[in-house]
Amino acid sequence: MKPLLSVRGLEASYGDLKVLRGLDFSIAEGSVTALLGANGAGKTTTLRALCGMIARSGEIEFDGRSIGRARTEDIVRLGIAHVPEGRGTFFNLTVEENLELGAMSRPAGRELTTDIQRIYGYFPRLEERRRQQAGTLSGGEQQMLAIGRALMLKPRLMLLDEPSFGLAPLIVEEVFRILAHVRETMKVSMLLVEQNANFALALADHAYLLETGEIAIAGPAEEIRNNESIRNAYLGY
Amino acid sequence: MEIFIQQIVSGIATGAIYACMALAIVMIYQAIHNLNFAQGEMAMFSTFIAWQLIAWGTPYWIAFALTLAISFIGGVVIERLVFKPIENAPILSYVVVFIALFAIFNSLAGFIWNFEIKPFPTPFGSGALFGGLMSPHQAGMIVVTVVVLALLYFFFRFTRIGLAMRAAAVNPESARLVGIRVSWMTALGWGMASAIGAVAGMMIAPVVFLEPNMMVSILLYGFAGAVLGGLTSPVGAVVGGLAVGVIENLAGTYIPVVGPELKLPIALLVIVAVLVVRPSGLMGRKIVQRV
Amino acid sequence: MDARDENPAISEPPADRAGIRFGALGWTGLAVVVVLAALPLFLANFTIFQLTMMLIYAIAILGLNLLTGINGQFSLGHGAFYAIGAYTAAILMENFGLAYGWTLPAAGLICFVSGFLFGLPALRLEGIYLALATFGLAVAMPQFLKLSVLEPWTGGVQGIVITKPDAPFGLPLSQDQWLYYFTLVVALLLYWFAANLVASRSGRALMAIRDNPLAARAMGVNNALYKSLAFGISAAFTGIAGALGAIVVQFVAPDSFTFALSVALFVGLVVGGVGWLPGALVGGAFIVFIPNVAELFNKALAGAVYGVILILLIYLMPTGAGGLVRKVADFVGRRMKPRPDR
Repeated sequence: MKPLLSVRGLEASYGDLKVLRGLDFSIAEGSVTALLGANGAGKTTTLRALCGMIARSGEIEFDGRSIGRARTEDIVRLGIAHVPEGRGTFFNLTVEENLELGAMSRPAGRELTTDIQRIYGYFPRLEERRRQQAGTLSGGEQQMLAIGRALMLKPRLMLLDEPSFGLAPLIVEEVFRILAHVRETMKVSMLLVEQNANFALALADHAYLLETGEIAIAGPAEEIRNNESIRNAYLGY
Repeated sequence: MEIFIQQIVSGIATGAIYACMALAIVMIYQAIHNLNFAQGEMAMFSTFIAWQLIAWGTPYWIAFALTLAISFIGGVVIERLVFKPIENAPILSYVVVFIALFAIFNSLAGFIWNFEIKPFPTPFGSGALFGGLMSPHQAGMIVVTVVVLALLYFFFRFTRIGLAMRAAAVNPESARLVGIRVSWMTALGWGMASAIGAVAGMMIAPVVFLEPNMMVSILLYGFAGAVLGGLTSPVGAVVGGLAVGVIENLAGTYIPVVGPELKLPIALLVIVAVLVVRPSGLMGRKIVQRV
Repeated sequence: MDARDENPAISEPPADRAGIRFGALGWTGLAVVVVLAALPLFLANFTIFQLTMMLIYAIAILGLNLLTGINGQFSLGHGAFYAIGAYTAAILMENFGLAYGWTLPAAGLICFVSGFLFGLPALRLEGIYLALATFGLAVAMPQFLKLSVLEPWTGGVQGIVITKPDAPFGLPLSQDQWLYYFTLVVALLLYWFAANLVASRSGRALMAIRDNPLAARAMGVNNALYKSLAFGISAAFTGIAGALGAIVVQFVAPDSFTFALSVALFVGLVVGGVGWLPGALVGGAFIVFIPNVAELFNKALAGAVYGVILILLIYLMPTGAGGLVRKVADFVGRRMKPRPDR
């Protein structure tokens, strides 16, 4: 089967500094792919490059369409939702407005309300705070809001940038439980960037290990998780 | 006491002018986080367009509507043509471009319509209200300001595009990630600010007469009102504008050194004082944020 | 792909490049000074007067640059300090019979104190708010100068007429030529002072505050003191320029110092390059000559032409002449000197 997203020779740099040195990878429809690696390996940059948030070169094909030169707004419209580093909260808008914004690139209609209700189904805590300014939410709640906002797009592919970042272990568990549930119920594919390899590999089907802008190791998540030498060398647990 | 009340009422009447202008200023501030120093001149130019349309025999309200449309388009065009190409330039360069626009509109208006003052009609008739304290035009101006404010509130609160504009202003990067065309939102903000400025100009012109320099000091009062109210709040802008009118009037009456000459500096001084005490203005939004 | 691309971590030692640039810049600077010194020998008096005004505005912009470029504080109101300096000179000369040379330090001192005092409340204002407050100052200044209470000194709306000084020691120079050289020497001295200030410990503190106020405070810089000082020094420069301006123009009146002057200084600063001291000269030239150029195109539309020129300049060099020079210098530096291998 043709993959949902396939990437060949992806490169990107910040000024003179080349951060991605020709990545090749692909994501199968309905699968969860983890992108692991140390700080500065280029994980976040990969996501930003996919979304056209930085200048990049190489081929990116999504659902048979080339998006290597497309602008961010247009890429989003194709059904790629990015849960960015720092969660991208619209601080002084309400929680519900934040969710509405997620559906901004789809035609509005009556289903908007049902969609928001579904998100509240996943994240009951957001419903309790729906009229509150989003900036007053805790870190974990903002992360849930960011995921909720991404889901409002009804995306085919979700790019998640360190959903565990800065959260207490219990909250991390909750977030990943919800991600697993979302995956089951909404059939959405995910590209998951994580430092917390343990959680990521438990959720993922496939994993890539990034090292200084290049893919060092690729394979089924299960295999990588069970390979002690990789774990020791790259994942540090 | 009676004098005091009179001064307040007539202060509110003048303040309505500033409130109108302050509203346009807040509008553009939302879109570009900057004070547009050419805003007054743009409003003046719009008013001349209205004057021209009326001089050609167009009925007042049709000319009013046409002017709004032209100003809106003009605002969008200015953003696309002049500011889009320099979106990455430092903020000081932006301010210089505002100054350039100021010079261009002022000079163009003088060139096309010359510098003689021209009367501008009011749609609200003549006479006196509240025992002569306020003219029907001043009352009408206050009503128009409130209507514009209500429309803005409705637009931002209940329409999708209004929500998108707010989102683009708060967090441009995140806004792009939900598919909002941020740069067009900015252009839209320019268009709206320009149209609101046109309303302000057409309301102000019957009071101060129409000429290319009519908006210079009014713009300053408008800034003062906007800053006093907190640059992020349309309601604050209107309240701030009215407050500046009242402050100016009271200072002129009750502080002996302050003749009509010193009204403007005193008003500004008061504003600086308020800012030093309360930098976010009277109604500015304090962003609550937890990381 | 050259070596640099493969080793992103290795950057060229900064001292190296600074060395080349300093040398080149030093020679350019010397050439500029020589040209400036020779010019009046070949020009008509009115042109010399214009060049003198260019130098005077350059001094004012230099002061503004210390505040905005080096310390990161906005001002749209430096015309007010220019006015204070001008009036100081005029009053001291006409009411107290002071020689014109002595009015400069006096104007500098008075403006330093005014600037410092204005800087204290301004500490709480940032960006746009500071711009607005200073703009308010600029707008208020002419009204203030017209106050009837002050009329015995300021001459009210009429202003004060000043006698033009002759060249001293029987030098064979016209009044305009003499004032030109006098201004040039003052300008060079002040430039030397500004350049040294920027390179000093205090200069680094000022720049640290601009770049990161919190970190500067953490390193023990007294932000409030330095920011107010920056305001004071900047105002002193501009005040001296104002005093020179009064002497050269032979006249001060409230309406010579409207907010348009402040705006012109600000435009001169940006066109010259924020944070680049020599840019002041470019800015001064812009203030004096561009409006004339605009009038040449079309008298009735001069303002519009001026505006268009300004916009085009910002398109071509969004960071002013300073940014352009830096780009060119970088480019030349790269071409001329092969990068050292690791």
